Amino acid sequence: MSPHTLASTIGRIVRQLRHDRRTVGLIIVVPLLLLTLLYYMFDGGLLFDRIALVMLGIFPFIIMFLITSIAMLRERTSGTLERLFTTPVGKLDLLFGYGIAFGLVAAAQAAVAAGLAYWLFDLDTAGSAWLVILIAVANAVLGVALGLLCSAFARTEFQAVQFMPVVALPQILLCGLFVARDSMAGWLQVISDVLPLSYSVEALTEVGRHADPTGTMWRDLGIVVGAIILALVLGAATLRRRTA
Amino acid sequence: METAIEVSDLVINRGKREVLHGLTCTIPRGSITGLLGPSGSGKTTLMRAVVGVQLVASGRVSVLGEPAGSPALRHRIGYLTQAPSVYDDLTVRENARYFASLYKLGHADADAAIEAVGLGQAAHQLVANLSGGQRSRASLACAIVGRPEVLVLDEPTVGQDPVLRDDLWARFRTMAADGTTILVSSHVMDEANRCDRLLLIRDGHLIGDDTPAAIKTTAGTDDLDEAFLRIIRQQEKAAA
Repeated sequence: MSPHTLASTIGRIVRQLRHDRRTVGLIIVVPLLLLTLLYYMFDGGLLFDRIALVMLGIFPFIIMFLITSIAMLRERTSGTLERLFTTPVGKLDLLFGYGIAFGLVAAAQAAVAAGLAYWLFDLDTAGSAWLVILIAVANAVLGVALGLLCSAFARTEFQAVQFMPVVALPQILLCGLFVARDSMAGWLQVISDVLPLSYSVEALTEVGRHADPTGTMWRDLGIVVGAIILALVLGAATLRRRTA
Repeated sequence: METAIEVSDLVINRGKREVLHGLTCTIPRGSITGLLGPSGSGKTTLMRAVVGVQLVASGRVSVLGEPAGSPALRHRIGYLTQAPSVYDDLTVRENARYFASLYKLGHADADAAIEAVGLGQAAHQLVANLSGGQRSRASLACAIVGRPEVLVLDEPTVGQDPVLRDDLWARFRTMAADGTTILVSSHVMDEANRCDRLLLIRDGHLIGDDTPAAIKTTAGTDDLDEAFLRIIRQQEKAAA
């Protein structure tokens, strides 16, 4: 990995996105529309505070997972990846390039969505909005890392989009948003315990309840970062310079 | 003459099928070598092995004295894939600049490569909006931008108009004169005549390896297409 190659790879990925204005618009606007929907569904009550807070973490995860798995699949199918592997570019330049480029986009997305939730919809959390954005960005990068990994198992874009429900939905169902994790059946708890989104949702809930960052929150954030690294390492293993 | 690429007993499987069956050849430095053969004969597979992205069952490929695909070679080799492999959602200039940056080269080098393939007027256009021929030249610009010592070109002139094709071949000739080793595959026999040497491949076997003139003389015809045909017939007779 070289800082120079990494920087130009990040630049290239951001430039690709910039030429696709509609995608940029969707990335920024869709979470705002969904938050608005939630606000009116729950009349801005306590339930809105709880659910909107969790959604601020889930939107970036889903959106970045989708975008990354398609972008990486395009690299694989268009031949650009094959050509890149004949150049001095390193696997880590590519993996971190995608992680950082889409992480930056996710930071913008999370900041705008959090801005709307706090200022217009009076989202009430005991802890700081900055922590909410930090956890949202960690979730986005988790989405990027899992997207990079899953793209290796898809041959077509049709297949790639179908990994979204497979990877995201079980995590959303079991993260504690619908049923508290400690009141689930034992075997469901076990599954919930190994899914990274459970920890980022718990971290967000901690920010909602406590004025200062708690030990549980930092531990949860640490677990999410660990899951990101694990997914990136597995993703690196799927990037082969030589293929059949 | 010094050897740039050396292939010995190369066996490659794709899926369950063996596509190259113990192929051996050498390619001299600073020359243009044409790779000829029908579609499916193993041309692309051989090229992928030379640039080091092909899994090899057995045998050896060395490029500039190093095993193909070794990290030291990645600064010295350029590869044009058959289908244009550039980013559709970037402009021609952004593509060239990105590939230039991988070789630690700057904007001037990127612009020079764009001019070299005759895309100066279209440099600011998105690749997605280019014609097929322009797109493949954009891809070529990214292959030559690193000023490689070995340039592997998989059908670089498909879809180009005759004048441009002539310009591109003049460019390849200049590069070869400067010491670049070029391995180029083609379907067009008129292009084969412009090569210093030809490798004829059929069904994963090398059936001819000589200068275009010598191949024609041996086959006893002035026409390369006909020469290729006669060589195949002779071999089939020999095998039967």
